[in-house]
Amino acid sequence: MSLTNEQIQNKLTEKFGEQVSAFAEPYGMLTFEAPKDLNLKVLQFLFDDETLQFRFLTDLQAVHYPTDKGRELAVVYHLHNLVDNVRIRFKVFTDINTPDVFTATQLYSSANWMERETYDFFGVNFVGHPNLKRILNVDEMDYFPMRKEFPLEDQTRIDKDDEMFGRGGSSN
Amino acid sequence: MSDVQNILLPEGSIEKQTITLNVGPTHPATHGVFQNIMEMDGERVMSSESTVGYIHRAFEKLAERRPLYQITPITDRLNYCSSPINNIGWHLTCEKLLGIQTPKRVDYLRVILMELARISDHLICNSILGVDTGAFSGFVYLMEFRELIYEIYEEICGSRLTTNIGRIGGFERNFTPVAWEKLEKFLKEYPKALKEFENLFTRNRIFIDRTVGCGPISAERALNYGFTGPNLRAAGVDYDVRVHTPYSSYEDFNFVVPVGTTGDTYDRYLVRNVEMWESLSIIEQAYQKIQDFKGADAEVYHAHVPEYYLPEKKEVYTSMEALIWHFKIIMGEIEMPKGEVYNSVEGANGELGYYFISDGGRTPYRLHFRRPCFIYYQAFEELVKGSMLSDAIVVMSSLNLIAGELDA
Repeated sequence: MSLTNEQIQNKLTEKFGEQVSAFAEPYGMLTFEAPKDLNLKVLQFLFDDETLQFRFLTDLQAVHYPTDKGRELAVVYHLHNLVDNVRIRFKVFTDINTPDVFTATQLYSSANWMERETYDFFGVNFVGHPNLKRILNVDEMDYFPMRKEFPLEDQTRIDKDDEMFGRGGSSN
Repeated sequence: MSDVQNILLPEGSIEKQTITLNVGPTHPATHGVFQNIMEMDGERVMSSESTVGYIHRAFEKLAERRPLYQITPITDRLNYCSSPINNIGWHLTCEKLLGIQTPKRVDYLRVILMELARISDHLICNSILGVDTGAFSGFVYLMEFRELIYEIYEEICGSRLTTNIGRIGGFERNFTPVAWEKLEKFLKEYPKALKEFENLFTRNRIFIDRTVGCGPISAERALNYGFTGPNLRAAGVDYDVRVHTPYSSYEDFNFVVPVGTTGDTYDRYLVRNVEMWESLSIIEQAYQKIQDFKGADAEVYHAHVPEYYLPEKKEVYTSMEALIWHFKIIMGEIEMPKGEVYNSVEGANGELGYYFISDGGRTPYRLHFRRPCFIYYQAFEELVKGSMLSDAIVVMSSLNLIAGELDA
């Protein structure tokens, strides 16, 4: 008996009602979002439920959407049910000025470094993390380099026109 | 004694009973640039703090300004012991996003390369494990075959370590007869060498004493730590992306997924060794399947995707359409469909994932690499706590940490 996306969606709406939303299936992977203060409750429910059993945290990272006011940063969890071999993607959005999201380290030891990496690059403050400090960048760094306001190339350069490569370039 | 103190010691460092030891960042035993600050009681490791990021190269940021084909060389430099897996995994991700179907022959050619890469990666890991436990000869036996694998890569794509192999949709050229010849040579000679290698190690008393019970992890902890690949299988969980979510026609092949029981160094060694045998068998099956293609099918080495696959140079000089595509691809002027895709392949170290968000532009909006090394290395402290320093080195070696993958 394998688990279908529909069953997962029903289970989640049964438990959390309207609070889990934006269900979609891009390329077959069930994707949904929840308010950021519910992230641990949702993760715990997905972990504990006898039929869902999403007990493997495949990946955790953030995405920056600068134009989406009030929900600039998305923290994305990829979870895997190894019994039924189903993957889901779970997102929480947060305001960039108060990027506080509860840590998942109590549930998954693997979240430790993944959250540190996310903090390092996006500045998401994982509340309750045992050791939230930079991991790949130098400790002295005072900004979060993967945010979109830091373009890859020096914007003061005038000898190079990057319009060819779409996004960014001198206009941005 | 004079009152002048020449060396300034941190406060409390004379009173404390333990020694702080820096293993790395550039230590011959770490096989890569990473540091462990260990608190030692005599020869026992009391705690270990890992510092990573010494060769961080901001790949994810770089990828946000590059067209797809320019990201392939970035993936090379993740796990550089098995670059073809990274390259092909990346191409598969792009193909999933773009909805490209590849011909069977391309899939099989890719399988051959990916399995060769897996062998070359496991071969290095296991033979270096031998070196770290004090046995040098196995390493010398097997190195010769990594060289042969690199020669095969060279015949196919022109480079050896950072391969940049293949293109979206397939390969830039067909395998040459020399490549097939070398592959046949490899298939013929490698089993003998691997047998010899196993004879040296598997039942070797010294090797068993050094590795059994060294850095064990239970299946439950391994899963909680996000272990994948041989390290997870050594702990007894039969999770393999090739079986669970087959890609590149892996469902056409028969192979066994080896599992261990205790998740210690010896089990990791055994799992990697069995995987090499299985990879050999997969390559042989793929080789047979490719022989079965006849006529025009036997010449297929890429899918028909003019938007992403560079046209042949001859055509670029003679036909207008090819010239336009050539220019558009090289300049990165192709708009991708909008979408968000997660795709993973079974890398040599575990599940290598690509999380790719496209906003319809010419470059990825966000690209994240799930690097198996980065995720399981955080268990290192738990694995070595209370063990001897020399055991910690062996554990590190058996985890197959690759600095490039760790730091992205």
